[in-house]
Amino acid sequence: MAEATSNLNTEQNADQQTNALTPTNAVETRSLTRRFGSLVAVNRLNLTCPQGSIFGLLGPNGAGKSTLIKMLTTLLPPSEGTALVAGFDIVREPRAVRRKIGYVSQMLSADGDLTGRENLSISAKLYGVPRADRASRIAHALDFMDLAHVADKRVKQYSGGMIRRLEIAQSMLHKPAILFLDEPTVGLDPIAKQAVWQNVRDLREELGTTILMTTHDMQEADELCETVAFMHAGSIAAVGAPSDLKAALGRDVTLGDVFIHYTGATISDGGDFRDAARTRSTSRRLG
Amino acid sequence: MQHAQEALHGVSAEFPGSEFVRQTMAVAEADIRKLVHDPIELFTRLVQPALWLLIFGQVFTRVRAIPTGGIPYIDFMTPGILAQNVLFGAIFYGISLIWERDLGIVHKFLVSPATRTALVLGRAVSSTARGVSQMVLIYVLAFVLRVHLRLDPISILGVIAAVMLGAAVFSTFSLIAACIVKSRDRFMGIGQVLTMPLFFASNAIYPLSMMPSWLRAFSRVNPLTYQVDALRRLMVVGGTTSFGLFEDFGVLLIVLIILISVASRLYPKIIT
Repeated sequence: MAEATSNLNTEQNADQQTNALTPTNAVETRSLTRRFGSLVAVNRLNLTCPQGSIFGLLGPNGAGKSTLIKMLTTLLPPSEGTALVAGFDIVREPRAVRRKIGYVSQMLSADGDLTGRENLSISAKLYGVPRADRASRIAHALDFMDLAHVADKRVKQYSGGMIRRLEIAQSMLHKPAILFLDEPTVGLDPIAKQAVWQNVRDLREELGTTILMTTHDMQEADELCETVAFMHAGSIAAVGAPSDLKAALGRDVTLGDVFIHYTGATISDGGDFRDAARTRSTSRRLG
Repeated sequence: MQHAQEALHGVSAEFPGSEFVRQTMAVAEADIRKLVHDPIELFTRLVQPALWLLIFGQVFTRVRAIPTGGIPYIDFMTPGILAQNVLFGAIFYGISLIWERDLGIVHKFLVSPATRTALVLGRAVSSTARGVSQMVLIYVLAFVLRVHLRLDPISILGVIAAVMLGAAVFSTFSLIAACIVKSRDRFMGIGQVLTMPLFFASNAIYPLSMMPSWLRAFSRVNPLTYQVDALRRLMVVGGTTSFGLFEDFGVLLIVLIILISVASRLYPKIIT
């Protein structure tokens, strides 16, 4: 299995190398590599993400998804290789990249001690939304995310779904070309999940934003993402539309089966210590 | 360096200087708004200086064991206690960075177009706001205790400047410590270890002339000494400076610039 996967990686990488460099790609990685000591978290990765798509990054814990996102959002410098994000090089032009992207981390990172509106106002200033547009964009974002009625409450009183929607609102104020969502619905109930999915779709419709998201939720990937990439041991094991990937493996195949096929991992055995700690701290914040 | 290189791309139509100020103030605003929402912390922080002035101050005023240059001991120590209060408030400042790192707030700042220097300076600015609000409360306390305060506008502006510089220096120092140790537990340990030596190896509650020479040598490289020296001259009637205000402010400013540039380099490392 491991051998089969690695063969496939090579093919896949070679495939993508040829169609790189098209100007319509929101993200293009070029032999992107990140090592932590002897561990290779992301291994000479070549991935392209078309503009305007909702692109899902799937894979077991430790596959390198978060490391990849951190490099693409300029939080972590690559050990080797580079990537173009919105046409800018993450190594040479990190600030130009940062002007073009939005990022919602997997933690519920809106500031609980501030109100929703204050959180938005600070983001708007940090991202250089022109002064004249700030109030109207904040009002619009609050409406868009259905948060206007709680705008002046402190975020610590929000539910998990509301915090997530506020964070997406924060990340859309400067109309980013690409929005990175790291496990956007982890820990949310099914209704809140559906609401976030709809917001993501609406956002893409309204601003044409490319969405690049990681997820462990196969239903989410299947329903929301037009293209998914399976990561395994720092490389891409397969890329394609969920329906194509399923069809390639036979009839009555679920995306979960595809996941197992390409990563050799079962979904349920994920969850390392950091995950557990994160879930605990998230549930603590939500009271 | 990164700064200059990035400015070349000129993505923003805004004048780079005003962009930098806006980003710095956005970071500061986040923290200052929290203080406005929940100012209790300012009052709980007042307990310690009140005890120092009421107990230590009263006793040593009677003992007359410490040469103060002819002013009452409580007048002599009040600027030192103000500086101590600002120091204690600022030195644990870095823990909020670790806390915000754990919540993912720092990540959000780091993926914004703000320069690292703006992110660090913004925190220093918010700590000056905390410092000045501590100062107001200590003035009230000192007034009640009949300390002979200089209340002319120039002196008060000078005190504000010294308090702001001190708060910025020690909060940035704390930020650097946080970026190095990265964990709350280790940070608490370091904070405890640092505060008392910084306080006692300074002229806060006794003059440099009383110190053994090794301690005096240490106190000469302790920024707190220069802050207290300036405050003593500016805050109380009859207070004098040992080094002169020019040297006091100069040293604090140079230390601050060095700390800010070191912190800007270390700041992105806190998330790794």
